[in-house]
Amino acid sequence: MYKALVIGTSFGGLEALKAIIPLLPKDFPLAVIAVLHIGDNQNDSFIRYLNDISQLEIKEAEEKEAIYPGKVYFAPPNYHLLIEGDETVTLSTESKVHHSRPSIDVLFETAAWCYRDQLIGLVLSGLNQDGAYGLLQIKELGGICIVEDPDNAIARIMPSAAHKIAKPQFIIPLHQIADKIITLINTQS
Amino acid sequence: MPDKQEKLEAFENIDIEIPLILEAIYQKYGYDFRKYSRSHIKRRFIHRMAINNIESISHMQDKVLRSKDFFIELLEDLSINVTEMFRDPEFYASFRENVVPNLKTYPFIKIWHAGCSTGEEVYSFAILLREEGILDRCQIYATDFNRKVLEVAKQGIYATRDIELFERNYTKSGGKSKLSDFYTMKYGSIKLDQSLVKKVVFADHNLVTDSVFAEVNLIICRNVLIYFNRDLQNKVINLFHESLSSSGHLCLGSKESLKFTNKEYCFSDVDEKQKIYKKSLAKPCIKH
Repeated sequence: MYKALVIGTSFGGLEALKAIIPLLPKDFPLAVIAVLHIGDNQNDSFIRYLNDISQLEIKEAEEKEAIYPGKVYFAPPNYHLLIEGDETVTLSTESKVHHSRPSIDVLFETAAWCYRDQLIGLVLSGLNQDGAYGLLQIKELGGICIVEDPDNAIARIMPSAAHKIAKPQFIIPLHQIADKIITLINTQS
Repeated sequence: MPDKQEKLEAFENIDIEIPLILEAIYQKYGYDFRKYSRSHIKRRFIHRMAINNIESISHMQDKVLRSKDFFIELLEDLSINVTEMFRDPEFYASFRENVVPNLKTYPFIKIWHAGCSTGEEVYSFAILLREEGILDRCQIYATDFNRKVLEVAKQGIYATRDIELFERNYTKSGGKSKLSDFYTMKYGSIKLDQSLVKKVVFADHNLVTDSVFAEVNLIICRNVLIYFNRDLQNKVINLFHESLSSSGHLCLGSKESLKFTNKEYCFSDVDEKQKIYKKSLAKPCIKH
């Protein structure tokens, strides 16, 4: 039984997320935890926007908050988001990783520790290598890895790096990703 | 694939080994990280293992028990010293507007800046208080458990690489002049005006193991609690509650809150968004 889906993306990320999150059904059984690099800007406006077009509740993750299925959590700008073993959120102001805070690697790595083979990791469009090693960690601990096909991505560097380093089980175009995730969940043993 | 199996095995062991090494560090050196956020500690340890090419946490435990130098290295890893001047400028603007008028009513103001790290925010507050004309009335205790960062804080010398950010923050925070009025630039560094910290005592204090040391009117503790688990957060908030005078103010980091702590009802919001709280007069403070 998958418990969580983690998503990492930067440049072109909002476009990519728009093609996935609104397609997830109201009774989506996984928690969704995402990092979108947006610099020092606030999350409020894109969270409001995604909420308007999605069936799932979308919010900024709060310090020590418990993570529930069927909700979408975004890392706050300028903080790393770590998942604790008891499925709660820890925020951190540690140094940037790959010039990024929040860093996708930090989220993926700690999510992999917590959820192991009950985790799906997804890397979308972006302009740096953040997320690739985190995705590898997800794979090593038995999770499923999906990467947006770099050939169709708005920015290919991030998905290419993830492809090269983590050797994900699935490399698929953006518009097929939501379906793929739903199929994976429906066909799991 | 034995390699894969071995990796999984080593990984399973880490969760057993971490409590053991934390206990060892506490027993041997008195620093208590047992109630820190576990995933934070784990990332730091794994990072250190990779850098020093250490095979396992158990090997690291052996090393830390035998070598004080290695312990100090680990201590550095576990303490987060990423900070900036006027970090979260909106917070400083709100502080100026909502807390300073209250502080001005006191003849003498005691301030505790807990977890002050390398001091950038101590100088920021000193500048703000001077601009508001009350710095001379303030006694500030700036504390951290890491003596190395306290030395940096005392010196007030920072790299110029962040100066643009500091300037930007200062302006956004409602600064009344130019930040450059408060520092001199030399050899690629800035040195903050030392008269700003004339009334600051930089001292070694550990929030986890030490207790109340003074009654204060204001506590600033930003981006420290996020590294603690809920239990320890409660303990430290209790410590702050005890240390504050009646109607004293408490300022936390912008993503920290009293929301999940057991003293939630012992404080009222001054600015909920900027995490500025005031100790409630009502006693006892219980959940309504």
